[in-house]
Amino acid sequence: MADDRLIIAGREFKSRLWVGTGKYKDFAETKKAIEVSGADVVTVAVRRVNITDRSKENLLDYIDPKKYTILPNTAGCYTVEDAVRYSRLARAAGVSDLVKLEVLGDERTLFPDTAGLIEAAKILIKEGFIVLPYTNDDPIVAQKLVDVGCPAVMPLAAPIGSGLGIRNPYNLKIIMEMIKVPIIVDAGVGTASDAAFAMELGADAVLMNTAIAGAKDPISMAQAMKYAVHAGRLAYKAGRIPRKLYATASSPIEGML
Amino acid sequence: MENAIKIQVNGDVRTWRSGATVADLLKELDIKTERVAVELNLEILDRAMFDQRSLKDGDRVEIMSFIGGGSF
Repeated sequence: MADDRLIIAGREFKSRLWVGTGKYKDFAETKKAIEVSGADVVTVAVRRVNITDRSKENLLDYIDPKKYTILPNTAGCYTVEDAVRYSRLARAAGVSDLVKLEVLGDERTLFPDTAGLIEAAKILIKEGFIVLPYTNDDPIVAQKLVDVGCPAVMPLAAPIGSGLGIRNPYNLKIIMEMIKVPIIVDAGVGTASDAAFAMELGADAVLMNTAIAGAKDPISMAQAMKYAVHAGRLAYKAGRIPRKLYATASSPIEGML
Repeated sequence: MENAIKIQVNGDVRTWRSGATVADLLKELDIKTERVAVELNLEILDRAMFDQRSLKDGDRVEIMSFIGGGSF
């Protein structure tokens, strides 16, 4: 697996597990969980600086942007205008041209507004952004996102934070077969087997936050996810045996009494 | 305060002195200029402009930074 590299828009990523930085107890726990997970891409949100309480620490004092690829998201944006605005602010805050683009369609499901997503992606790509879109498990939408210039596509496994795991493996598999850019399964993973399953289907990477941060022991779960993603990738590359209804003996008949 | 103006910073109304720049505001608020983005009346400012753009009455300033987050 030495040459099993993940390359998106000319950037090489060492880890196929990407993690979010929300919902942790404190920054120390965030930092530790990320270290243990082995992830080299971490997502962050863009929000107002707390100007009344300046004693609050900065996340980037804990997560070194020289060590990790910081992937700002447009979490919480329900319109094209907001998503574009937040993306521009993220770039101005000075990390890179990368953005994880979210345009949400509904507060209860947090499912993406895919029409808005494609429109926002077009605008941002024209402005030089590297847009990684959080999308539905819809192969046609995924292809449209590639057509407008997204160098990777991030379909959901299940609703954000739901922990339901891979709800539609067949759609994800079709996306992985049809779409010729890296596919990062984003959102919905609940436990290690979900992450391994996504990788076994052929995902290029898995992005998660709640599954680790919300676990009883986030640090152990971060480690479990690291192994799961690695195991799933190895199994995918190794090629699983076909499913058969009946048994095939694995010991020879020859030499029996 | 002489030549006092009212500006909105991250949604809060503040009394400020006329002629002060965005850089002055950040300094006063004890905010490091690296890792923040500043939007002045919906226009995102280049960091190099912070000490050139002075604030006037009614200006709306948004100072944004990165916080922990996965998806929303």
